Amino acid sequence: MKTVRIVTPTGHLGTTPLEKASFERGCAASPDFIVADSGSADIGPYPLGADRAASDEVWQRHDIEAMLVAARRLGIPLILGSASDTGTDRGVDQYVRLCREIAAGHRLGPFRLAAIHSEIPVDEIRRRFKDGAPIRGLNGRPDGDAATLDRTDRIVAVMGTEPIRDALAAGAEVIIAGRSSDCAIFAAPLLEAGHSAADAFFCGKAMECASFCAEPFMGKETILGRVDGSGVYLTAMHPGQRCTPASVASHAMYERLNPFREYVPGGYLDMTHCRYEQVDDKTTRVTGQTFVPSPTTWIKLEGAGKVAERALFICGIRDPYTIANLDRAIEWARGKLRERFGPIGQGYDVFYHVYGRDAVMQGMEPTPARAPLEVGIVVEVVCDDAARAETICHIAGKNLFYARLPDVKGTAGTAAIMSDEVLHARAAYEWTLNHVIEVADPRELFRTRFETIGDGGGA
Amino acid sequence: MRLVELASTIRSKNAGVDHVTFDVICRDRGNFERVRDSGALNPRAVARLFGVAEDRVTDFVVFEPANAIKFTIRRLRPSGSMGESDLFGSQQYAPLFDVEIP
Repeated sequence: MKTVRIVTPTGHLGTTPLEKASFERGCAASPDFIVADSGSADIGPYPLGADRAASDEVWQRHDIEAMLVAARRLGIPLILGSASDTGTDRGVDQYVRLCREIAAGHRLGPFRLAAIHSEIPVDEIRRRFKDGAPIRGLNGRPDGDAATLDRTDRIVAVMGTEPIRDALAAGAEVIIAGRSSDCAIFAAPLLEAGHSAADAFFCGKAMECASFCAEPFMGKETILGRVDGSGVYLTAMHPGQRCTPASVASHAMYERLNPFREYVPGGYLDMTHCRYEQVDDKTTRVTGQTFVPSPTTWIKLEGAGKVAERALFICGIRDPYTIANLDRAIEWARGKLRERFGPIGQGYDVFYHVYGRDAVMQGMEPTPARAPLEVGIVVEVVCDDAARAETICHIAGKNLFYARLPDVKGTAGTAAIMSDEVLHARAAYEWTLNHVIEVADPRELFRTRFETIGDGGGA
Repeated sequence: MRLVELASTIRSKNAGVDHVTFDVICRDRGNFERVRDSGALNPRAVARLFGVAEDRVTDFVVFEPANAIKFTIRRLRPSGSMGESDLFGSQQYAPLFDVEIP
């Protein structure tokens, strides 16, 4: 079986720039593919719902340029998954445009690019639901229904390996994929080379966050994965990093409910019996993984919808008496809101984030409050109408300055105002869909378009 | 001894949009076995520590290959909903530091 080497320089293309030195070291190790994931649900529902990138295009371009130029120089395919954070059509089209611009700037010779779109109109899912396809909630989420879809502005389907394999088989040299299962973008070329699903998906699972599977902790450094039929070999390319049994195993459990199973369209990777061995100073080999196919294919849907407009106000408090009576001060401010705007939670809502006390953990904070020296308060107001959100937020924030407490000494203002302004914030969105839908064919929700980019002319 | 003195990594992070997962990783096998066998970490204990109903602790796993104990708590609302305090779920682990391991 052909040995396949994959390098990945970043776990989330575009957030912060990849580190070039270890990437170049990876490119010198005779890779067969360059692969990188560009997506995450961690960024919250706003980028998907509002269809905007979370990353800055300057850094997206930086990373794509480094990878595209290297891939063309080496003559190997480049696969980018979950384009522009969310994998919507906007994201795919943006990355294709960047590839065109970079190809022109570097006068790259012609190459075949496949763009795989994965955004699904809400109406399409509505139609499937009406035709009897259940929208099954994941991990304890209730199943979706018509009301769930009514609250949803935008949906992406999460592709498995099949559309990517098809594009490779059709000769694609660069693949820009919409929302993709992180491990599928690595597994696709391995499966295409004839490797087992177990090794292919484990290699993807280990590599999806790049240098997070190595130690010590460093982001944006390149990892080399090698699959040759005798296991999955993971090697750190940064001179100061190593892939160790501990680092690879602890990455297998990273940001997941359960460390033993990774679900992909068509089955799951079972890591229960993985064995991790140090085979050289920087390399760990993993064997013992299995792949359990499922009789049906379910495709994950991610959806987000707008809830309301949002405004913020920031202030701080230093007076120990006010801090000791902070809940009373906040309650006074909330009372003034009720007086003006009616019951909180009806038509608008307000959240007082008290930094220095329990803003970070809120209801899960077990430690009894110690009196902090200062607290910072971010007042968050949400309301259907943006202008009204700002109006309410102005009162919600400024009334901390006028809070009436019986024994307050500082009668010239009970809060320090950093800047006397209400900040217009991004609208509030929510994750409406974290569900799966059954399909007859794992390709049916995805659309691939080929184009030839670059006319060479030098370089 | 406190857990923070026995573990090399104690972290929390989103696991999908509806859950926050917690990893306690010991570098040393002896420390791991001490934590594991103490019984100080179990679904009921972590539910009590974080003040959540026990049915919100959706997974609790002893993960031998990484010398780790891992558990997952279901969020009350999906990450990034209005009023969000920790979008990535990355700062929820600190109370684990002081868990006493006999």
